[in-house]
Amino acid sequence: MKADPRGVLTGVHFLDGDHACCEGALAAGCRCAFGYPITPSTEVVERIAQRLPTVGGVFLQMEDEIASSIAIQGAAWGGKKVLSVSSGPGISLMMEHIGLAAMTETPCVFVNVQRAGPSTGLPTLVAQADMMQARWGSHGDYEVIAICPNSPQECFDLTLHAFNLAETYRTPVMFMMDEAVGHMTERVVIPAAEQLEVVERRRPREKPSDQYALYRCEPGSRVPPMPPVGEGYRFHVTGLTHDERGYPVMNAEAQDKLVRRLVDKIRLAEPELARYEEFQVDDADVVLVAYGITSRVVQRSMRLARERGLKVGVFRPVVVWPFPERRLRELARRVKAFVVAELNLGQVVLEVERLAGGTRTVLASHAGGALHEPEAILKVVQEVLR
Amino acid sequence: MSRTEIKIGGFGGQGVILAGMIIGRAAALHDDKDATLTQSFGPEARGGACSAQVVVSTERNLYPCVTAPDVLVVMSQPAYEQYVGGIRPDALVLYESSLVEPNGLPAGCRSFGIPATSFAEELGRRMVLNIVMLGFFAALCDVVSEGAIRQALAASVPKGTERLNLDAFTRGLDYGRALRAKGG
Repeated sequence: MKADPRGVLTGVHFLDGDHACCEGALAAGCRCAFGYPITPSTEVVERIAQRLPTVGGVFLQMEDEIASSIAIQGAAWGGKKVLSVSSGPGISLMMEHIGLAAMTETPCVFVNVQRAGPSTGLPTLVAQADMMQARWGSHGDYEVIAICPNSPQECFDLTLHAFNLAETYRTPVMFMMDEAVGHMTERVVIPAAEQLEVVERRRPREKPSDQYALYRCEPGSRVPPMPPVGEGYRFHVTGLTHDERGYPVMNAEAQDKLVRRLVDKIRLAEPELARYEEFQVDDADVVLVAYGITSRVVQRSMRLARERGLKVGVFRPVVVWPFPERRLRELARRVKAFVVAELNLGQVVLEVERLAGGTRTVLASHAGGALHEPEAILKVVQEVLR
Repeated sequence: MSRTEIKIGGFGGQGVILAGMIIGRAAALHDDKDATLTQSFGPEARGGACSAQVVVSTERNLYPCVTAPDVLVVMSQPAYEQYVGGIRPDALVLYESSLVEPNGLPAGCRSFGIPATSFAEELGRRMVLNIVMLGFFAALCDVVSEGAIRQALAASVPKGTERLNLDAFTRGLDYGRALRAKGG
């Protein structure tokens, strides 16, 4: 389906990542957002508060992040495409409800403009240290989708993609920006509405009846269609373990059936979800692995390395969770080493190590507050090749 | 590939970020170059020295940070003192001559001053000081074209102030061109 032109600010703009993210959400059809401003995500809130009413939508600044993260889910069940946005401390508060969205299969997008932590940390400065929280920060067993843009243009393009995935898989999608991408201003091209593909929520084909079951999947699918409230379908939504009708069932069999499906619908979709970029990997001895803003920094490191005759390439997961594991395994069979650069002391590197199957994997760590020096990453590469 | 790093510094409230925004927008939207604007956030952006950084590149600019500016534009003494240490040895330094005393400039640098504050006052609004500096920049630095900056300027300032701002721009531009003609 094509985007609703009302929400699409077609043209060539000079925007920061936060503002571009907001425009991506509007283009995707987001018409409801709740939030509580926090640096460095405040500009998303400012813009969406101003823009949503102009396209027939609603923004409310709630009393806190806990309220924001649950209010969007009510709106989602009411049929809206929804978003909430925050940064570290606020995302921590939202975690309980992110788990609820995973359990109740409520499509929603959580934007996290990452800053350095733990706790209040460095409010105005960059980090990429919420990657494991994005994956498993709520309790219990679940999987989400997490996407890492590296430019304002991608903040537009990939926010739209995030909404499409949230609707396709009925899952919370974590849109993992970082302060550097959020506050950097670059050219952003927003196409005409008819050039933008948006996914609309799949509704039940059956008519409302006593036989209707909220979580019954069609054959071959792990994602049940979703009705909005108020159209005659009677259903019950709960965070308790439930059966196909949505009613609580407290036993191991129901738990296994439900949780396995929730995890599998994301984990087994990795081939279709995988999205990555590669640069000069064909002859590479060492492949630099990085995401978000750091994926730009490592390209400079790669260039410095190539100038010194070192065969270095770059692998950049765009969708980080689920990790594009099939491609990484292929690369692992023919490279000497991976160097993972991230603005934390070792998170995504654990996944690369797991997939590398014995291929040497080295971390170029940075605790955040600034970007890596490209030369520092080059130094790690040189040590690996020594 | 050609990559130029520009740093603009001054007091918070002088329009430092707007000047950077106009240069970046001019390069990215009207000169068909790649431009990335970053700015200093946090306590240092309020009151003391505040800065905007623009990287202008003829191809995709990967590394967004300014590390050693090719061009430094300064509108306050604290900003000058804080940023001059990091510039390239052959950098171009443009300063507001009634607010900045450019002490200890590296020998290889080219530097030009402009009394932008009094020009802005003559135009009736002291706050267009940053736009006078922008005109001065356009005259002495060829990275972004004058036409592109004019277009970006008109689109970036509040409605109703376009004339005043374009006059301020022209004032700085003419002063800079005259200096350049004298062999600057």
